[in-house]
Amino acid sequence: MAALLEIQDLTHHFGGLCALSGFSLTLAAGELVGLIGPNGAGKTTVFNLITGVYRPTSGSIRFLGEEITAWPSHRITAAGIARTFQNIRLFKEMSALDNVRLGAFARHDYSLLEALGRRGRFRAEERRWREEAWALLQRLHLAHYAHTPARNLPYGEQRRLEIARALISRPRLLLLDEPAAGMNEAETEALMALIREIQAEYHLTILLIEHQMRVVMGLCRRITVLDFGVIIAAGPPEEIRDHPRVLEAYLGREEPLVAEGGDGRP
Amino acid sequence: MSRVPLFLRRLALPAGLLALAWILPAAELLNPYLVQVSMYVGINMILTLSLNLVNGYMGEFSVGHAGFMAVGAYTASVLTVWVVPAALAPWLFPAVLLAGGAAAALSGLVVAFPSFRTRGDYLAIVTLAFNMIVKSALENLEVLGGPRGFLGMPRLTTLPWVVACVLLTLVVCRHLIYSNFGRGVVAIREDEVAAALTSVDTRRVKLYAFLVSAFLAGVAGGLYAHVLQFINPRSFSILKSTDMLVMVYLGGVGSLMGSLLGAALFTVLLELLRPLGLWRWVVGPLLLVLLMIFRPRGLMGFRDPRWLKEEEELPPGPA
Repeated sequence: MAALLEIQDLTHHFGGLCALSGFSLTLAAGELVGLIGPNGAGKTTVFNLITGVYRPTSGSIRFLGEEITAWPSHRITAAGIARTFQNIRLFKEMSALDNVRLGAFARHDYSLLEALGRRGRFRAEERRWREEAWALLQRLHLAHYAHTPARNLPYGEQRRLEIARALISRPRLLLLDEPAAGMNEAETEALMALIREIQAEYHLTILLIEHQMRVVMGLCRRITVLDFGVIIAAGPPEEIRDHPRVLEAYLGREEPLVAEGGDGRP
Repeated sequence: MSRVPLFLRRLALPAGLLALAWILPAAELLNPYLVQVSMYVGINMILTLSLNLVNGYMGEFSVGHAGFMAVGAYTASVLTVWVVPAALAPWLFPAVLLAGGAAAALSGLVVAFPSFRTRGDYLAIVTLAFNMIVKSALENLEVLGGPRGFLGMPRLTTLPWVVACVLLTLVVCRHLIYSNFGRGVVAIREDEVAAALTSVDTRRVKLYAFLVSAFLAGVAGGLYAHVLQFINPRSFSILKSTDMLVMVYLGGVGSLMGSLLGAALFTVLLELLRPLGLWRWVVGPLLLVLLMIFRPRGLMGFRDPRWLKEEEELPPGPA
């Protein structure tokens, strides 16, 4: 079976700093893969490279068999890769409905002149995407915020609104950047359930960055671990949990305790 | 309700305004001075709507819109003086205005392309440079009168023409803003990177915004040239651009109603301050400073009355 996303040997430098080096990852359709690693390991850089925010120093990204490495962001998104952001990036002054509709910007099929003259395909297309956005707001229990500016939504609702905005373009691949950040336990549970549901409903392939191990271990069948821009481990959750290099990256190397006092008190 | 009454109701207000614009001067209920001021108000409304598209809705900062206005004014003037036969001029006036707008839109590309790669302060400098280039070019084109200016245009601009142009501008801006492209324009203001990542083709949207904005400023320039019947490069200096900025930030950024209000208030204010002589030119910049400090969003910032917005029905369902 052909891979949905194929990343090969991706390397990215910020000036002299090597943020990512020799990163390769293949996603098959329908997978839910986790990408973890300590702060600054290069996880978000991977997302930014896939979505065209940065151009890689070297390496290639193929999506649905096409080389997308040099494409501009809007084209990549229109081709079927949608994402959310670590620090929520909604259009704050715009209504929730408009935020979701913007996710389908590329799919509104009318010209500037049709818009200015309110003729041709304009009305049918506007109606179509307005209703689609409305249905998604309902699906994600956000409908009563439809006309509320995004900045006035509670935090968890803003996260869901970002997901709605990503879903309206009917992506094949969804990139979730720390969706559970700042959520309490109950909210995190609900989010995990939601991710499972939308994956099934929308036939999504998902790449997930997350810090809460519970979320990653609970959702993903396969996990890739980054540290200092290099993949240090990849495999099923059980394997990752006990992988010595992962433990080292997260907890530090175990040193023999010599200088500490003997009673174990800090 | 049947279609026709709704259609008629929509046309009632514009038709009424046009009729008033025609009858009031004709019946001498409005003296020529007031007609003149009303025409300036209308021209300034078009300019303010045009600038608000870029500065208010898209969140860029153009300080060179007088450049677009100059291109429109000179193009329209050249056409009526040299090309269009005098007998046909009143009939071809709309075409002349459109040509002025089109020329200005073309010159808008000079600013639109840099806007793909730069924004904020740097784009503001590009627009400033554009304004200066246009002014210097006109000063050095002897064929257009150079610094002495260009004259001989018939007085083709009448109050009904101005009112018609304002109404059309309002419709164009409203239709643009309440469309997919308009949402894209506002998304660029809110977060350009996020916009690109939600599939907004930011270059195309910027191009459209600058084209429409420059076009409208060009039309306003054509109207202006045919009220005054005399234009010179100095009428399109940075000072003119500053006036437009004051009107946008007075009325309200990101607001159609605010644009109309700002243009009307500022134009009338300047007329009332005529006794101050040269000092009245201090009013605009001073007002701009005060507005920036005390009310940076203006009177109507980011708001519009409901009747100006697009009515959008949502399907029934649990909210």
